[in-house]
Amino acid sequence: MTEETLLSARGLSLHFGKVPALVNVDADLWPGEVLAVVGESGSGKTTLLNVLSGRMRADSGVTWYRDPQSRLHDVHAMPAPALRALHRSDWGFVHQNPRDNLRMSVSAGGNVGERLMAAGNRHYGNIREAAIDWLAQVEIDPARVDDMPRTFSGGMLQRLQIARTLVTHPRLVFMDEPTGGLDVSVQARLLDLIRSLVARLNIAVVLVTHDLAVARLLAHRIMVMQRGEVVETGLTDQVLDDPQHAYTQLLVSSVLQA
Amino acid sequence: MNGYNFAYLDEQTKRMIRRALLKAVAIPGHQVPFGSREMPLPYGWGTGGIQVTASVLGAADTLKVIDQGADDTTNAVSIRRFFARTAGVATTTDTNEATIIQTRHRIPEKALREDQIIVYQVPQPEPLSKLEPSRAETRRMHALAEYGSMHVRLYEDITRFGHVAISYDYPVMVNHRYLMAPSPIPAFDNPKMHMMPALQLFGAGREKRIYAIPPYTDVRSLDFDDHPFRTTRAPQCCALCGADDSYLDEVVTDDQGGRMFVCSDTDHCETRQAEGHTGTGEPVVKEAAE
Ligand SMILES: Nc1ncnc2c1ncn2[C@@H]1O[C@H](COP(=O)(O)OP(=O)(O)O)[C@@H](O)[C@H]1O
Ligand SMILES: [Mg+2]
Repeated sequence: MTEETLLSARGLSLHFGKVPALVNVDADLWPGEVLAVVGESGSGKTTLLNVLSGRMRADSGVTWYRDPQSRLHDVHAMPAPALRALHRSDWGFVHQNPRDNLRMSVSAGGNVGERLMAAGNRHYGNIREAAIDWLAQVEIDPARVDDMPRTFSGGMLQRLQIARTLVTHPRLVFMDEPTGGLDVSVQARLLDLIRSLVARLNIAVVLVTHDLAVARLLAHRIMVMQRGEVVETGLTDQVLDDPQHAYTQLLVSSVLQA
Repeated sequence: MNGYNFAYLDEQTKRMIRRALLKAVAIPGHQVPFGSREMPLPYGWGTGGIQVTASVLGAADTLKVIDQGADDTTNAVSIRRFFARTAGVATTTDTNEATIIQTRHRIPEKALREDQIIVYQVPQPEPLSKLEPSRAETRRMHALAEYGSMHVRLYEDITRFGHVAISYDYPVMVNHRYLMAPSPIPAFDNPKMHMMPALQLFGAGREKRIYAIPPYTDVRSLDFDDHPFRTTRAPQCCALCGADDSYLDEVVTDDQGGRMFVCSDTDHCETRQAEGHTGTGEPVVKEAAE
């Protein structure tokens, strides 16, 4: 790769008591790239996502982020206001449970518009127009712009969360099991939507999933984690079609058997 | 009155409150914690305002106390009497004569001057309290000027009602920096806070917070460019003085549905009447068709 990385981590380690959640993890993410972090439950995927996004501190190691002006920032040394501002603008975070992110007593339009207002947009008409446009982009009927999220289905809530996150055109989005608690048919539609949005808007994504099929569909590259360690990393098709590490082979074969 | 220090509070407490006031004036709109004292009045009777007044009051001051614009309510009368007794200061109902005005729920209609101080009684100093219950989090939001959630609230109102449906305690940005609760004054009074020549002090007794707006400070009511803040007022004129620009109270005059609109600022109304202004004096009879 000749291009410079958007996000780079070196030597991340974190223990919860005796539990090694991260063991000397390196990671790189290039602009517009989707990187899947896979592994069974408890392997450290969510912890890695939280550390990379500055939501949690590692015991050791460093994470660099390159801003649009190509300046490098040590994510864990950034002042809190700067990190929070980053999370509201250039970054986004999609939670497995959309209720953790959405305001359930605020209309769909208000939910989508919040990041614009936080960024200083003070034109109601423009905010509403952007909300309507984003609802359409995530395949929610724009006529529902004034409806409360509690009247939405699980799949719609997840799409609303995505609209709310992408409205400020972030360059980097962290996603933790975004299709987690959804029915299989709903999952498929959401995966298609995420894939097309991410490609069209050239968004870089760190995607945590325990589901290799999700990784296969969305990710350019894949990192396989076991007990906090990255045991294998590479292009998605290579890793899944020709796994080198015994643990990856086990993961892939268990999917094939299922 | 014997047995009391001047203006009831001991000098050490007053010094502590003055230090909080100085800090508040230095950071317009920022809430400063203070060690609120027990007062011989229940919370909700303006214990925060009383402590602030007690700390800035001097022997030469003339004090006016209003409640909902009126000088003659029980609350206003008892606070005025309290300071007349404990400080021996002159009291007045005339806005012009007052050097310190303690208020609950109104700003006088008459423009205040540089040589005056207005002290607001504040029940809830935190403008974000309805959106965010955690004190630690609202402090962080103020520190980082993260006020997007308050605009979400305005967005929701405009979406639902076509306008912002906050008629009291309408949030303001002070000096382009801090979001502030103006206390439960009507939104009608908000523009009076902007560039006011008088010093504005706010005391919240139960919540133990003091904040301030120094003279000639920029105070803007939150709004959107395409839905600018507008004050609303009943379309009537005052039945007693004929004023068409003052804030009106609706007064029920009989049990037949008769009502009258009169100035809520009693001093303003009486001054105008003394100057020869008159209203219709007639109650408005409720239309049967409504
Ligand atoms: N806050 C925490 N306190 C203690 N242990 C934790 C905490 N968060 C995660 N862990 C432990 O760290 C390991 C990795 O967890 P996690 O990152 O959530 O894994 P994954 O997302 O892959 O399921 C697990 O053993 C988990 O129990
Ligand atoms: Mg997880």
